[in-house]
Amino acid sequence: MTKSRLPANRTPEIGAFFPRDRNWHPPALTPAYKTSVLRSPQRPLLSLDNTLSELTGPVFGHNILGELDNDLIHNFAGPGKSAIGPRILVYGCLLDERGIGVAGALLEVWQANAGGRYRHKKETYLAPLDPNFGGCGRTITGEDGSYCFRTIQPGPYPWPNGPNDWRPAHIHFSIFGHGFAQRLITQMYFEGDPMIWRCPIVRTINDRRAIEGLIAALDMEATIPMDARAYKFDIVLRGRRSTLFENRIEGN
Amino acid sequence: MVQALGRLKESASQTAGPYVHIGLTPNFAGISGVYKRDLGTAMVNDKTRGERIRVNIRVIDGAGSPLNDALVEIWQADAAGIYNSPSDLRGSADPNFTGWGRLPTDMTTGECLFETIKPGRVPFFDGRKMAPHLTVWIVARGINIGLHTRMYFGDEETANAEDPVLMRIEQRERVSTLVAPRDGDVYKFDIHLQGINETVFFDI
Ligand SMILES: [Fe+3]
Repeated sequence: MTKSRLPANRTPEIGAFFPRDRNWHPPALTPAYKTSVLRSPQRPLLSLDNTLSELTGPVFGHNILGELDNDLIHNFAGPGKSAIGPRILVYGCLLDERGIGVAGALLEVWQANAGGRYRHKKETYLAPLDPNFGGCGRTITGEDGSYCFRTIQPGPYPWPNGPNDWRPAHIHFSIFGHGFAQRLITQMYFEGDPMIWRCPIVRTINDRRAIEGLIAALDMEATIPMDARAYKFDIVLRGRRSTLFENRIEGN
Repeated sequence: MVQALGRLKESASQTAGPYVHIGLTPNFAGISGVYKRDLGTAMVNDKTRGERIRVNIRVIDGAGSPLNDALVEIWQADAAGIYNSPSDLRGSADPNFTGWGRLPTDMTTGECLFETIKPGRVPFFDGRKMAPHLTVWIVARGINIGLHTRMYFGDEETANAEDPVLMRIEQRERVSTLVAPRDGDVYKFDIHLQGINETVFFDI
């Protein structure tokens, strides 16, 4: 974590973030997703304009990254081996609500293997583990907010909720912006998957457009022929106000 | 017609789910050899300035059970009240302090223990000093959007009494949900998701 990562000609922005649209995000209590019932706060949230504690956030340098961190096909595989499953690239841009690329942001991803099985001690699905697939990866966005990683397409999997609930194929994303108030975890779904609209977790989101914003588009032009298909997934973090006339005492 | 504001919408949040450890703390999840160590497990080193403390955090559900599958992140200023972030323009933070920690809650006890230092005071946007505090962010299965709250220090009564954020809480009996009592060098912070002791969560 070092301040020298910003180009000399760019001063960091310090304006407050636009408020979150809580009707766009899923509410805390969503009874069809049963675990939320005992884990959802019931009192109103305390609204607060951002202070330095929320405007600032950790920044990660490229020195944390290993060579294969953004290659889930190989980062857990034995020498000369690779993960089983449909090979894909996932690429896109991390933008803020103003459409400006968010540079230098850490993206962390995790997912099930091609059979829909996670490498986790609490996982009970009968689909087999792939000895060459771990399921985690990470990357840092470029100056324009762009990112890319390589993986296999995860499988759908059943989960204990209703008597026969299945998750659509998905990749989990954790995103840091420039301020801790931008912190976000979400999931990426795949174009054309009929399981998306049946999923109680997807359906915690009320607005259809908000769900569509989480569905990656198949991009045959970005595909690597005879190797991997490509899916484009842009992610949007909260934008921020101009800093020129922030609500601060004179001379401060 | 007028010009369109042309704003995008923030990507909608989705739960971190039960397997969040695979992505964020893979070594804890038993996936070794991908990352050297899990990010956020070491906030301090032997050169870090400030008073060493430990913070024990539990997240408790509406049935009174601690979550054994949650992930907790904390973000705090250094001992001088400066954040280790390019967005803090007031000066350089202690280079031996990251200010950011991340831990899973224990799969049996539901506890996590951060080794850190006591932060200094940071100004509110109108210049008044806030009391020392940690920003806390919680995700887990069943939590659809990450929960933001703050932890204040039980032995900072004077600073807490004049903290501009704590003063905003109308139901005064709820202020105590954000204040962690001190026992030796450990502050114990129980976060209640529901019930009569429901912690104050923030929309920030
Ligand atoms: Fe999943």
